[in-house]
Amino acid sequence: MNARRTLATARRVLLQLRNDPRTVAMLLVVPCLLILLLKYVFDGQPQVFDSIGAPMLGIFPMIVMFLVTAVATLRERTSGTLERLLTMPLGKLDLLLGYALAFGLVALVQGLLAFGLTVGLLGLNVAGPSWALLAVAVADGLLGTALGLFVSAFAATEFQAVQFMPAFLLPQLLLCGLFTPRASMAAWLHGISDALPLSYAVDAMNKLTTESGFGGTVALDLLVVLGCALLALALGAATLRRRTA
Amino acid sequence: MMNSQAIEVHGLRVARGGRPVLHGLDLAVARGSVTGLLGPSGCGKTTLLRSVVGVQQIASGEVGVLGHPAGSPQLRDKVGYVTQAPSVYADLSIGANLRYFAEVLGAPKSDPARVLEEVGLNGREHDLVGRLSGGQRARVSLAAALLGAPELLVLDEPTVGLDPVLRQDLWQLFHRLAAGGATLLISSHVMDEAARCTSLLLMREGRLLAQDTPAALLAATGAPDIEAAFLKLVAGFDAIPGTAAAGETR
Repeated sequence: MNARRTLATARRVLLQLRNDPRTVAMLLVVPCLLILLLKYVFDGQPQVFDSIGAPMLGIFPMIVMFLVTAVATLRERTSGTLERLLTMPLGKLDLLLGYALAFGLVALVQGLLAFGLTVGLLGLNVAGPSWALLAVAVADGLLGTALGLFVSAFAATEFQAVQFMPAFLLPQLLLCGLFTPRASMAAWLHGISDALPLSYAVDAMNKLTTESGFGGTVALDLLVVLGCALLALALGAATLRRRTA
Repeated sequence: MMNSQAIEVHGLRVARGGRPVLHGLDLAVARGSVTGLLGPSGCGKTTLLRSVVGVQQIASGEVGVLGHPAGSPQLRDKVGYVTQAPSVYADLSIGANLRYFAEVLGAPKSDPARVLEEVGLNGREHDLVGRLSGGQRARVSLAAALLGAPELLVLDEPTVGLDPVLRQDLWQLFHRLAAGGATLLISSHVMDEAARCTSLLLMREGRLLAQDTPAALLAATGAPDIEAAFLKLVAGFDAIPGTAAAGETR
């Protein structure tokens, strides 16, 4: 690992994003737009927005970041620049951390915007501290970034990369406790959901919705989410190959 | 004699997609040479170059580069590689591309300006690569490989699609680099580029037909040019039982 090369990579990825303003605009606006939709879809039942607003604040940015990173790294692969970089003295983790840093920064800005909208303008009512909502939302964006980097190792084409969204994220969405409490699922499904990172993200948001204060279990959920992001990055680095067939 | 070879290949076999591509190659590339790797497309040139750079999984054999096994970490700032398709970021300016690769290589800050001058793109560093012509893009890709002044340059068809003036300029650049001590291994399927090399590797169907200087190849085959020499060698090669579909003897 090398800080100079990691930072150079992060700077390069951000420069690429700057040359693509439409993607940046969509990254920042789409989650806000979806939350706005959610608010007014449940216009007649404001208690619904209060109960699922917080989990959605985490889920929308995660999905957006997942898709963008999965495609960005795939582009690196198909353009031949990945092969060039891997012949150079660039560590595999330098590359992935550089991407994670750049897109993590985007996730931070995105989280701030979505948080400001949800809590500020739309007046989401939660029992827990609002800064904790922001922390979990940004952690979810980071998780989406890391998962996107990881799955892009298994995608050979853009078609495949985009399909990982329904194949990899939607099952987590069904099992994370958003639609029904995880405890009421079939026991084997509950077991599986215990192993999925999105479950902890939504658990944290649900606790912040109903319980005042920032309890130890929320902190633990947050650590699990961040730990899974780090694990996905490490696995992503392990699956990069300097030699290919 | 110690390490006068930049590249030494022994018994290199490579299979891609279950199909053998290289059938046990033995060859050497001398330090400071401009070696042309010539052969029809599909004969395994790119696979051999990838093996030298160390990005190709090989079935068996040895590939030594600058005294280390190909792909060793020590080689990562000593070998420059230009793939056939330009491998640069289309959504970055020329300057941003070169600055990034220079930083990864730990090359001096002045290097991007130097290599731009060498490929004849000085003054264009603010141009977005995605808006360049194919030939210009190829030169940006070449410029990136020149960063950090590598000891070995492996170039896969670097002059394909370029106009004659530019091709001549690039060949002059290649010889300047070799005069400065670098070794160049350059593939081409255009036989008339052979005369510009100091040494040649002729390949066909995953096998080496000949390795020698252009003059020695012409003398040995009695052919008027490298293309004719190649055809004579192919005819002789096919006549040896077990090497290829048996052809007519000369």
